Amino acid sequence: MFSFIIRRLAVAVPTILALITVSFVLMHAAPGGPFTNERNVPEAVMENIEAKYNLDKPLWQQYLIYVGNVAQGDLGPSFRYKDFTVNELIESSFPRSAYIGAWSFLFVVVFGVGLGVVAALKQNRWPDYTVMTAAMTGVVFPNFVMAPLLVLLFAVTLRWLPAGGWEGGQVEYIVLPIIAMATSYIAQVARITRSSMIETLRSPFIRTARAKGIPRHKIVLRHALKPALIPVVSYLGPAFVGIITGSVIIDQVFSTGGIGQHFVNGAINRDYSLILGVTILVGVLTIVFNAAVDILYTWLDPRVRY
Amino acid sequence: MFFSDKHAGMGELADTLAEDAYTEGRSLWRDARRRFMNHRAAVASLVVLALLLLFAAFGQYLSPWDNESIDWASLPNLDEDGLPSLASQHYFGLDPIGRDLYQRTVQGSRISLMVGVLGALTAVVIGTLYGAISGYVGGRTDAIMMRTLEVLSAFPFMFLVIVLMAVFGRNVLLIFVAIGAVSWLNMARIVRGQTLSLKRKEYIEAAMSVGVHPFLIVLRHIVPNVLGVVIVYATLLVPEMILFESFISFLGLGVSEPYTSWGALISEGADAMWTAPWTLIFPMLMLVLTLFCFNFLGDGLRDALDPKDR
Amino acid sequence: MTVNNVQTITSTANRMEEGSGRWLSRALLVCLAPLVFIACSGSDDNHAKGGDRALEAADIDAPETRLKAHPTTGEQLARRQVLVRGNASEPASLDPQLVQDSVGGAIVVDLFEGLTRSGPRGDTEPAMATSWASSNNNLTWTFQLREDGLWSDGSTVTAQDFVYGWRRAVDPEVGSNYAYYIESAGVANAGEIIAGDKAPDTLGVRAVDDFTFEVTLEEPITYLPDMTVHYTMFPAPRQAIEAHGEDWTRPGKMVSNGAYTLNAWHIGEKLVAARNPRYWGDDSTIIDRVVYLPIESSSAELQRYASGELHMTSTVPVSQMARLKKERPKELVMVPSMATYMYAFNVNRPPFDDVRVRRALTYAIDRNIIVSYITRGNQMPAFTLTPPYVSGFDFRQPEYATWSQTRRDEEAREALEEAGYTEDNPLEFELLYNTDESHKALAIVVSQMWKEKLGAKVTISNLEWKTFLSEKQAGNYGIARFGWKGDYNEASTFLTLLTSDSGNNDGGWSNETYDQLLLDARSSDDPNPYYVRAEEILWQAFPVVPVYFNTTVALVSPSLKGYPEKNPRTIVYSKDMYITAD
Repeated sequence: MFSFIIRRLAVAVPTILALITVSFVLMHAAPGGPFTNERNVPEAVMENIEAKYNLDKPLWQQYLIYVGNVAQGDLGPSFRYKDFTVNELIESSFPRSAYIGAWSFLFVVVFGVGLGVVAALKQNRWPDYTVMTAAMTGVVFPNFVMAPLLVLLFAVTLRWLPAGGWEGGQVEYIVLPIIAMATSYIAQVARITRSSMIETLRSPFIRTARAKGIPRHKIVLRHALKPALIPVVSYLGPAFVGIITGSVIIDQVFSTGGIGQHFVNGAINRDYSLILGVTILVGVLTIVFNAAVDILYTWLDPRVRY
Repeated sequence: MFFSDKHAGMGELADTLAEDAYTEGRSLWRDARRRFMNHRAAVASLVVLALLLLFAAFGQYLSPWDNESIDWASLPNLDEDGLPSLASQHYFGLDPIGRDLYQRTVQGSRISLMVGVLGALTAVVIGTLYGAISGYVGGRTDAIMMRTLEVLSAFPFMFLVIVLMAVFGRNVLLIFVAIGAVSWLNMARIVRGQTLSLKRKEYIEAAMSVGVHPFLIVLRHIVPNVLGVVIVYATLLVPEMILFESFISFLGLGVSEPYTSWGALISEGADAMWTAPWTLIFPMLMLVLTLFCFNFLGDGLRDALDPKDR
Repeated sequence: MTVNNVQTITSTANRMEEGSGRWLSRALLVCLAPLVFIACSGSDDNHAKGGDRALEAADIDAPETRLKAHPTTGEQLARRQVLVRGNASEPASLDPQLVQDSVGGAIVVDLFEGLTRSGPRGDTEPAMATSWASSNNNLTWTFQLREDGLWSDGSTVTAQDFVYGWRRAVDPEVGSNYAYYIESAGVANAGEIIAGDKAPDTLGVRAVDDFTFEVTLEEPITYLPDMTVHYTMFPAPRQAIEAHGEDWTRPGKMVSNGAYTLNAWHIGEKLVAARNPRYWGDDSTIIDRVVYLPIESSSAELQRYASGELHMTSTVPVSQMARLKKERPKELVMVPSMATYMYAFNVNRPPFDDVRVRRALTYAIDRNIIVSYITRGNQMPAFTLTPPYVSGFDFRQPEYATWSQTRRDEEAREALEEAGYTEDNPLEFELLYNTDESHKALAIVVSQMWKEKLGAKVTISNLEWKTFLSEKQAGNYGIARFGWKGDYNEASTFLTLLTSDSGNNDGGWSNETYDQLLLDARSSDDPNPYYVRAEEILWQAFPVVPVYFNTTVALVSPSLKGYPEKNPRTIVYSKDMYITAD
């Protein structure tokens, strides 16, 4: 286990470097730059602005300067938000998305796995159909429909909850974002759990357990659940990273000030350092949680070895 | 129980039994098809999907309008004239700038169904192979393949689309390239997870000891056993791809007006939700229908093809 | 929601007893219960009035206002004067010399104050400057500053602060996108400083004494006081900038001289400004706190307004216009603004190199249908480049503006035929626009009009913003969406768009007479005759297709008073407004 973690850590650095390189090249290949403006900026001014941000240097030099800074923990100034650095932007927005994300993830796991198990146990009977249909509403309503609908219902019509804002993450401000975020994932997790559980319950070892007279709930919880969870956990790893890095729709509709907005806005504004910064963040999270998932596999199925 | 007056003697009985004993060989496909047909919801879904395909292909002939003309006369009084009505033959009503929603939905169906199905298929093929190979071979190959996957998952996708467009111009085929580039990532991870668990099973060991080529093991033993999860996840991917296409349209890639897709219609409808709810309801209905169909279809397929049931 | 509901959920949970289901049902109960309690406690808010609800939503602790009734009108004032405004998107910067759009501008004009400000009808009023005079044939302008103007840290605002600010604007090291503004005002040496040929301290501004600010121009400009309303020409607090460097715009570090100071800034969530007690006009400021919400989605903004959390929005989604006109006519404000919506031609690219084609396309748009049924914002159809409500402008229209649309369509078809396009040889081209719902709607409508009236085959393409800009500025287009908002309240801000040397003229249209007319206008006492003749050239040459003059559409809560409903410059100063108790 220990050597596994060490190996993963060692590989993480070149992976992040590869990520930075690919992103860097892609970004600069896109037309337009951070300072392309509707009102044409006079050349002399443009030269100065670009010099300020090192954009006048050849690409490979910019790359090396950037990597050097990153190694020291400095993600650079934001090209668009001239009053902030990327570190500050991420530090102020990521915790918010992570907070909402963590709660959403909890609901996703509890409801998703729970509903999936219930549906698998009652396969093709009414509980199965009802549960699955209910779960499907999450997938059917994409979050750009679900979020405004929730606001329309709970904030505008019923006036139970505020329509947006963060205010330190108080309960009434995060309820709707959490629901909007969680519902689409719950459906996916429920379906995968259900299908995997159905297959596992047909396995010979379950048949053995049943023949031995082990009570049903013990079969499900003690014997079937763990192997059934393997595909679920594979899905949940990247899903978790996606959830805690927020969504641009949730950030826009609810004005949470989360980090999701930066992914899209950063690209639209060609804010190179911001994009690289959030990309590195996502990269690190992906690596960490993929490693966690790999470790989980060994717990779920002791035959798995690396 | 055979000894009754109805059967005229043992000799004929023996002949009868011999005839009955000669049954046709049952192929695994027929078994699968039988299992599939038993799944009523799946069969119903197949029928509905077929109807949807007919709708997409020929629905335009059912109404005299087309998908881009603006009904100028209805603009002054859009909240009344825009309502769905059989009389005016605007079955689904008008969109906020006066175009016939029915025709646009029909046309959008073609794009969305194609995008959904092809996107899911790409994910299935590439993702399953990638994940199965990575999981089965293990070791350094697995490490490299997975790290590459991580880089592909994390990099800023929007730029890929923007650059593709800058290089190749607006080409409808590019949607599929863009979608194909990301749809298989999660699938690969899920398949790899299953593979890691599967490859320690006894029959795999048996195949290995007999000397079956690893690639054949992957194809004939691993892939069929992961098909269950693959099919389920693929059916979840269909609506995801359909909606993803509308995100790409935002960047300028994808279909350009007057061509549209369900994703674009839904996103326009979401804006007009309060004033013209039908602009949201009809395309969403199509999406919901497709989603449920693919889900039950996936269930039926999984039931039918599950090797454990044999 | 009552206790009964909780019981129902419990009993439902208990019924789900199937062995393994029991723990699941308990988990469900645990998760659902808090939601029930939130819902119950929230129902008390059903009756909160708009103002209080906005205040709660903003969660600002503001003191109760001193005044009970408005000093002049006598209206009853809300207990807490906290204004919550929708502000379209996150400002890129709050540094007055670096701000480059109306999003940052809306905030900066509350935090800082320049020599002049905009009156409620777009006229120019004294602000930090109490009076001004020009001499030397409009080549020198002298502004007298008020002596009681203070920075929020207590120091006096002096003419040196204005000198410092204007120099920063042109300083290449600072890198302001609006440096050209100083140059277009004709300030001496501005052009050379921007190009890096001279040092910033050679700029034609000086502090004659602490309260006299003098500007030396290279060419006579009659409308300089109009231009000084713009934020690029605001003073800058040297003490804060030198002490904190790039960080000076943070709350706690920023020093400003306007009615408000920066209190809090949470990117993506809200920005809060608090009353500046040292502001010279503080006695007449009623609003205590201003909260700016950077809501990018106009429908999300509308929803927050409808739930009572905003006093005013920055815009209104077009799809809601018809409904809002019926349901909230008094809250919907449509202010004509100094902006023109148009399509620009690349006159070097066929078929647009033929003026007859350009004429046909300009005629064949039914602008009445567009403004009545598509944009629905009381916009005025446009046939000229310059809007009518630009100050002092002698607004005229070409003759074809008075024709019926049928006649215009006929003339368009004739022009097209002359140019050689018939049914067998239809006009084919691509229209480019940047991704946006309203631009899309307009492009569709316009292309359909051209299709039906002229038989033209038009494909419309959208590109995301930067790619669009980059293509347009490189001239990679035939016809593209274009819009222009005036920087100052005078016609040249529009007309100089199309001069040969204008950086914004990427369509390649060039006309020597036009250039000369505008040059002459700059140095004459009465530029209007030149402007009229310049416009007349445009009416015949069709370098752009004007479609309509924009209006700023917003929703304003009935309890918010003082919103400038007639200001074409669309500058909304928070200190001019107040919230009534209703």
